[in-house]
Amino acid sequence: MQCPKCRGNMRTFDRNGVHIEQCDGCRGIFLDYGELETLSRMENQWAQQNYAAPPPPAAGPAWGGGHHGGHGYHHGHRKSWVNALFSS
Amino acid sequence: MPPDLLAHLVRLSGREGPPTVLKDTRVLVIRVGDVVVKAHPAGTDEADLRARLNVRLPGLLLEPLGIDRAGDRIVTIWPAGQPVTPDDLEAPPWEEGGRLLARLHAQPVPPGLPPMRGPERVTRAVGRLEPGDLPRLAYRTLDLRQRGHGLTHGDWHLGQLIRLDGAWLLIDPDDLGYGDPVWDLARPAAWFASGLVSPDEWDRFLGSYLAAGGTAVSPEDPWRELDGPARALTVQLAATAMATARRDNTALDEAAEALISSCERIMATPAPS
Repeated sequence: MQCPKCRGNMRTFDRNGVHIEQCDGCRGIFLDYGELETLSRMENQWAQQNYAAPPPPAAGPAWGGGHHGGHGYHHGHRKSWVNALFSS
Repeated sequence: MPPDLLAHLVRLSGREGPPTVLKDTRVLVIRVGDVVVKAHPAGTDEADLRARLNVRLPGLLLEPLGIDRAGDRIVTIWPAGQPVTPDDLEAPPWEEGGRLLARLHAQPVPPGLPPMRGPERVTRAVGRLEPGDLPRLAYRTLDLRQRGHGLTHGDWHLGQLIRLDGAWLLIDPDDLGYGDPVWDLARPAAWFASGLVSPDEWDRFLGSYLAAGGTAVSPEDPWRELDGPARALTVQLAATAMATARRDNTALDEAAEALISSCERIMATPAPS
């Protein structure tokens, strides 16, 4: 295959499952259909593994039940226990 | 209550008029006219209580009008403010509470002040239970060691706020002392963790505490400091609810059930190191 830019000879390489052609003259690279997408996908995966943000701190304790364990905040009948919020 | 105690407190109030009993537990608290009179529990250490009553923080902590005695009970007399009551339910003063605690925690510890008594309250609460009761089992997994030495209220909840002459104040220095101030946030944290206080209310409380410069928790991960004390207060509140229901021969209410179920999870979840 001939380089579309400088008409030099292009050589085929396989790098991590991506098929590329590189020109011996100008070092330009030719990608086949779908290979640019493959490269982007691989770059994203690498970035996620290496630069993933730390998980945000927990908004409650690991043993909490009200909002984390699926019981939900007890909206309905608060009157019944509200005294507990006001006494020792 | 001992039969003559009420009459004795009315005499000590120096006011006329019918008394209103505000609380009749280990303490007896009455209101007569514009003063509140409190008989402290029998066996209260007088030197410790006096050291606590001598902490004067104008605009922050209500100051007593006097200290007296009724038989073997120490009695304190206070100006009557407007308490926060369950009727204020529509808008509990979470922000005011958070701000007052932040200011309290910024004060130096006066020399001679005893330790705060939060952990003692936990131990006393589970002492009312039977050996196999869940909160009592969960108690054995708690770490009650204090990791700070700041000025701490020791028993903070919404009922420890009053309005006097338009200003909000903290009341009840009975458990005030040096210790880890994060304990003052632990009871609302325990309510929140058991679903008794909504995430919104919890955020308002903690947010106003942090915005007012509160230092007991790290803003980026407040549960790092809160986890242990909130476990302790959950056990205390569950134990108190259970003992009270048993004494009154009533069923556990929804709040008690939620707290006891948190005790189970506390036992199943090792504390973060």
